[in-house]
Amino acid sequence: MKKPGPKLAASATRLPKCPTGIQGLDEITDGGLPRGRPTLVCGGAGCGKTLLAAEFLVRGAVQFDEPGVLMAFEETEKELKANVASLGFDLEGLVRRKKIVVDYVHVERSEMQESGEYDLEGLFVRLGHAIDSIGAKRVVLDTLEVLFASLPNEAVLRSELRRLFRWLKEKGVTAVITAERGRESLTRHGLEEYVSDCVILLDHRVNDQIATRHLRVVKYRGALHGTNEFPFLIGDDGISVLPITSLALNHQVSTERIATGVPRLDAMLGGKGFFRSSSILLTGTAGTGKTTISSNFAHAAARRGERVLFFSFEESPNQIVRNMHSIGLQLEPLVKRRLLRFHSQRPSLYGLEMHLATMFKEIAAFQPQVVIIDPITSLMDLGTVSEGKGMVTRLIDYLKAGQVTTLFTSLTQGGHALQQSESGMSSLMDAWILLQDFEGNGERNRVLYVLKARGMAHSNQIREFLISDHGIDVVDAYIGASGVLTGSARVAQGDLEKAAVLASQQEAAQLKREVERKRKALERQIGDLRADYETEALELRRIAEQVGTRTLLLGTERTASGILRQADAKVAASTRSKAKPGRKI
Amino acid sequence: MKIKKIRRAKLALKKSLTLPRGKYVLRLFVAGATARSLQAVLRVRELCAAELKGRCRLEVIDIYQQPELARENQIVATPTLIKEFPKPMRRFIGNLENLSGLFAELDLVVKNKIIV
Repeated sequence: MKKPGPKLAASATRLPKCPTGIQGLDEITDGGLPRGRPTLVCGGAGCGKTLLAAEFLVRGAVQFDEPGVLMAFEETEKELKANVASLGFDLEGLVRRKKIVVDYVHVERSEMQESGEYDLEGLFVRLGHAIDSIGAKRVVLDTLEVLFASLPNEAVLRSELRRLFRWLKEKGVTAVITAERGRESLTRHGLEEYVSDCVILLDHRVNDQIATRHLRVVKYRGALHGTNEFPFLIGDDGISVLPITSLALNHQVSTERIATGVPRLDAMLGGKGFFRSSSILLTGTAGTGKTTISSNFAHAAARRGERVLFFSFEESPNQIVRNMHSIGLQLEPLVKRRLLRFHSQRPSLYGLEMHLATMFKEIAAFQPQVVIIDPITSLMDLGTVSEGKGMVTRLIDYLKAGQVTTLFTSLTQGGHALQQSESGMSSLMDAWILLQDFEGNGERNRVLYVLKARGMAHSNQIREFLISDHGIDVVDAYIGASGVLTGSARVAQGDLEKAAVLASQQEAAQLKREVERKRKALERQIGDLRADYETEALELRRIAEQVGTRTLLLGTERTASGILRQADAKVAASTRSKAKPGRKI
Repeated sequence: MKIKKIRRAKLALKKSLTLPRGKYVLRLFVAGATARSLQAVLRVRELCAAELKGRCRLEVIDIYQQPELARENQIVATPTLIKEFPKPMRRFIGNLENLSGLFAELDLVVKNKIIV
């Protein structure tokens, strides 16, 4: 088949489609079954052919106002009604309201003999009458192949079937014909050669003791369709084929940040926590506190008023609630307020695809803002690595498309290289937090790193985290010459450091006192010296004064004696000027 | 209620017993006036005339005219001849070219009056 180029050109000549209303099937077939043409649904026993056909009719009548005719060859009207009623379809009511006609065709081989040429006009008339009586747009023939067992002449039957399909096309009804799967061909009696427009194959396989139903569109003439095998499940509300999200990477992104519930962890993540609608991986070995951190995250989100869906594959809801209660996390009120919902299942309950399908259903029903999957590894163990990765990819795509923040926990095995063991998932994750056990000094301590966090400046530091009865506490681990110290070693190291600081403080104080003492001694000496000096200076002055006085006295005596002796005045003056410099000394 | 039921059953039994021995009830379903239909009608009329004189009640139904009867009588192939009586009920599909089966069922000795 040639791929049509631009989409516009394709839509102009697009085949008219008839929506089935079956969850997911319309996505795979890009709108439904070919309108006005027959579609063959084949598969082995118990894979849901009749149910698919019946749902096609019921949904047609209820959702699209297209009445339908169900021609049953295997089950009586009563049986059919009972069977589909268990899936919530009110076939009885629809028949009463003339939206659906059920015609049970019973051909008993034992009471029949061939006596010449015949055709199947009887069948045509019945079908035609049923279609005309309610103006049916849809027809189901379930399972036409019964006729091969009851009518003796296969050649006649084949030519009549060919005529039947042509006739159905002329009538313009969208028909679904179910057929039993054959050994080598699609159907046991080669019906596929008559119905060539659309063939859907159903399959019920058991893999590792786990049964899963699959659906595949083998052929769809004139239209693009998903060619993969898609798992489907039969639930309380009929069939749902896995909603296939396009694997295109065009999700809306959010710049909003949401807190983790552990303030220090938020600080490590650029101070604000994770981005909304990001996918977060939390890896760690057993007992490193994965569930605790995820519960904390769930608790924080629910407290903000967001809806949180917690998928637990190891513990029952009550167990988680009880365990979290022991660290002071009250989850029960949040469960009661319908903000937190648990969904616990054993991984081995069904296959990978079925798990994915139930998860999608739960998510679609609860519409959460935060989803926690604890742990994803127990799901991945159900399939091969590629299957597991495919599942996680689809899950992430689905969740991101719905702007849901998802936290996956992953149980790593001790002894493996970490990067290798998570190679399946890590590239799909936006943030990766690693929890580790540190063993030493006869104890185990938990530490935590942020290995990666796309789009934020995150801490590259190792942190120790403690779980106590009031929750999670992240503390700095001691990183020193001897490596990373945690737990009591960290405390001991802290004490040692404190002692060392105290000692040096004391030393400094002593030194200070010594210096002070020296300073004081020095000052005392200086004082003494100054006192000495002052005494001497005083002495000097006294001596000088004495000398002055004596000189004055001497002068005065001389003057007096001069006066007495009537001496020259000039002599007296010259002696006074001689005495002056002596006083200055 | 119960008595009524019993009475009804009794009546049905009486009726079946009172039917003259060797009485035949045949219904032929055909789809329109095709060659095949005509052939079947002719053959069964011939049979009634030749073998079951006066003892045969034949009804020919065209399912084009009465499609709801096709459903009621579980008609798939046409023409279909239903031998309602004597029991057990038997269906003969086809244009009745070959009547040996019917003869055996009807407990008739072939008297060479019609070609089997």
